[in-house]
Amino acid sequence: MKYLVFAAGVISATAAHAELPELTVYTYDSFVSDWGPGPVIEAEFEKTCGCDLKLVAAGDGASLLARVRLEGARSDADVVLGLDTNLTAAATETGLFAPHAVQADFDLPIDWSDEIFVPYDWGYFAFVHEADVTAPVNFRELAESEMRIVIQDPRSSTPGLGLLMWVKAAYGAQAGDIWAGLSDNIVTVTKGWSEAYGLFLEGEADMVLSYTTSPAYHLIAEEDASKAAALFDEGHYLQIEVAGKLAATDQPDLADAFLEFMVGEAFQSAIPTTNWMYPAVTPASGLPDGFETLVQPDRALLVPAAEAPSVRDEALAEWLGALSQ
Amino acid sequence: MAGRAQPVTPAPGVGAAVLVAALILGTLVAVALRAEGGRGLGPADWAAVRFTLLQAALSALFSVALAVPVARALARRRFAGRRVLIVLLGAPFILPVIVAVLGLLAVFGRSGWISDALGLVGVPPVQIYGLHGVVLAHVFFNLPLATRLILQGWQEIPAERFRLAAQLGAGPRAIRRLLEYPMLAQTVPGVMAVVFAICLTSFAVALTLGGGPRATTIELAIYQAFRFDFDLGRAALLGCIQIALTGAAALAALSVARGDGLGDGLDRPLQRWDALSRIALGLDTLVIALAVLFLLLPLAAIIVAGVPGLPLLPVSVLVAAGNSVVVAGLSTLLLLLLAVPMALAVAVGWSQGVELAGLLGLAVSPLVIGTGLFVIIRPLADPTALALPVTALVNALMALPFALRILVPSARQVVDRHGPLAVSLDMAGMPFLRRIAVPRMRAQIGFAAGLTAALSMGDLGVIALFADAERATLPLQVYRLMGAYRMEAAAGAALLLLILSVALFWILDRGGRWHAET
Repeated sequence: MKYLVFAAGVISATAAHAELPELTVYTYDSFVSDWGPGPVIEAEFEKTCGCDLKLVAAGDGASLLARVRLEGARSDADVVLGLDTNLTAAATETGLFAPHAVQADFDLPIDWSDEIFVPYDWGYFAFVHEADVTAPVNFRELAESEMRIVIQDPRSSTPGLGLLMWVKAAYGAQAGDIWAGLSDNIVTVTKGWSEAYGLFLEGEADMVLSYTTSPAYHLIAEEDASKAAALFDEGHYLQIEVAGKLAATDQPDLADAFLEFMVGEAFQSAIPTTNWMYPAVTPASGLPDGFETLVQPDRALLVPAAEAPSVRDEALAEWLGALSQ
Repeated sequence: MAGRAQPVTPAPGVGAAVLVAALILGTLVAVALRAEGGRGLGPADWAAVRFTLLQAALSALFSVALAVPVARALARRRFAGRRVLIVLLGAPFILPVIVAVLGLLAVFGRSGWISDALGLVGVPPVQIYGLHGVVLAHVFFNLPLATRLILQGWQEIPAERFRLAAQLGAGPRAIRRLLEYPMLAQTVPGVMAVVFAICLTSFAVALTLGGGPRATTIELAIYQAFRFDFDLGRAALLGCIQIALTGAAALAALSVARGDGLGDGLDRPLQRWDALSRIALGLDTLVIALAVLFLLLPLAAIIVAGVPGLPLLPVSVLVAAGNSVVVAGLSTLLLLLLAVPMALAVAVGWSQGVELAGLLGLAVSPLVIGTGLFVIIRPLADPTALALPVTALVNALMALPFALRILVPSARQVVDRHGPLAVSLDMAGMPFLRRIAVPRMRAQIGFAAGLTAALSMGDLGVIALFADAERATLPLQVYRLMGAYRMEAAAGAALLLLILSVALFWILDRGGRWHAET
């Protein structure tokens, strides 16, 4: 019976959308999942756009860029949503993206002035631990402590790369020494965030690399206040997630409208409790209850997008060198 | 042998092999052609090749070395629950990697059951992360499969041989030398090649249990080349290295595994007079008990973790489960269409080329196959719309090496034993296939189909490259739930996946057999 209803829904939906223009947005997998922002955002945008919004998932942020490069100028995508500042320079260099015309009053910890990419959310990387454990206050203290951590591989994971850039931004030429000091604290390195977070919840490690907003999920969705993020006095590395319009889009106006919608109330108010990040423009209703309990870093660290690729390669070589001993 | 009149023509099987090889090598070429100049292989890549070789060789060695006594014990004993046990032993192999790793760590991890038990008597926790952890995990995945394949070797020794040996007063040692060693010499190299090939493309398991970048495998280097550096040339080059290594292993195995067949029997039930001693019974019991503990404890951990999550499963997980069953069915059908003719072609003398083509499906990285298919399909159709059929196809290709290992021995037996008579009765071709070959290979076809269906259920593979919100499979939903912090629901979905996979395997495997020997 369910299948009949489903089939009927598909057929009628196809009929209704037959004359509507289609806007294709490539994004990362967790965005389109039932538990991500995708479903809400699709419904909200379709209320006003007179179009069919098609969200296509392509792995994570870096896979997303690889997919767009693979398809080149003949890509079906009109908008790509889900790159971050570690990727924007490489994305700009491809020449596949077009400038935007969005004017918004961003609530980011840094000034934003990118002609091509528009931010939609942001967060700080942080180590998450059980709230009843006393966490170290910086990387040096962590390295000297007995704390066991699980991190993600920078070659396959966005947070993993974020940690690499964090240590590099905080310690520069000494980053290699910091990694050498951390090597005996690292239980293991995983392919992606999910594996690492799963291992942490299983009790394999005392801390896991995640975001300062992670405890908000446990608090709001599970009413569980047992998780906390460790505040580091070097400052925390920022992840700013952005979207951009493809130059070869056949729906430039709709793509512009989507980017405009993206920094608006409906999109931004969905972000905190679906993507578990801070919205790029704080909605008029403010942040959900529970977000006020999150730690607030004193300093935001970010390697400028243009320097990110070279810093990344250098930091990766140091990381591999220190951990492959 | 090839010069003799044969009951079946090798043409369909050879055609299938050519098709498989063309498809897999085609994806590699497609990726290579999209390359925009890269930096070639660096020292880090060669380090990855060395580590991959080391861990794959050790994993294959240990999996098979441990599988031999387990298979022997299972071959010699009949006990209540043996069938259920044999089916359950297949479960680790079909689990999504992340679920299996969490199950393993719940038992062997720093805060796992064993470490907790050790902690009670004041012993420090088990140190699982390192090369030994990688090998342990790969043995966990592959021991059951190796056991099943070797067990099948034992089953193919005609019962009359054991009867004759008993009549002649041959003791256990003589039986080992006369019957069991020759069988193992034929079976073991092929099984080792398959396990080696599986471990060659390992990535998440090797990295997580290896404890860090020391455990970088070729597959991770491909992943890095593709998504980190967008260096498609290097990705294709590394894919070629995987194929070359698997090819070398397969050729070595095929050349070692020569030997005469074990002859025919009359399908009498097996009786083992040589295994009646107390010591033999005690030893077999111990071996089976240890294997059960090693393989079933992590499964128990998965079940314990999953039960609370079952009621939390949203409708989308059930829809994904439906998708997965459809993909598994389609992939099983495709597999049988490829594997049965290929096995018969091997049986009538086309062994090396066809077997080698069959191994390619395991040899090449899922990421390379997926990307290559994507590049090939895109100019012709929307890859997203074809996500599920493409997944089914890739899963069938991945299962092909296993299916051939399962089907080839019985295809050989059927052709050797019934071929000459069938030819002289002018029953060659379809009548032979329909009335003799397929009925006599039913048990093996059922096993191969069950394995493929279960493998396809649990594989994340290429779907992640193609999927959109509506066309997810169950393993993809497990990952998505985990990615959305919903670990409890993810554990429930993983348990559902385990149940469905084992059920599919059970139905197909049991459906194929008329007696309870394997």
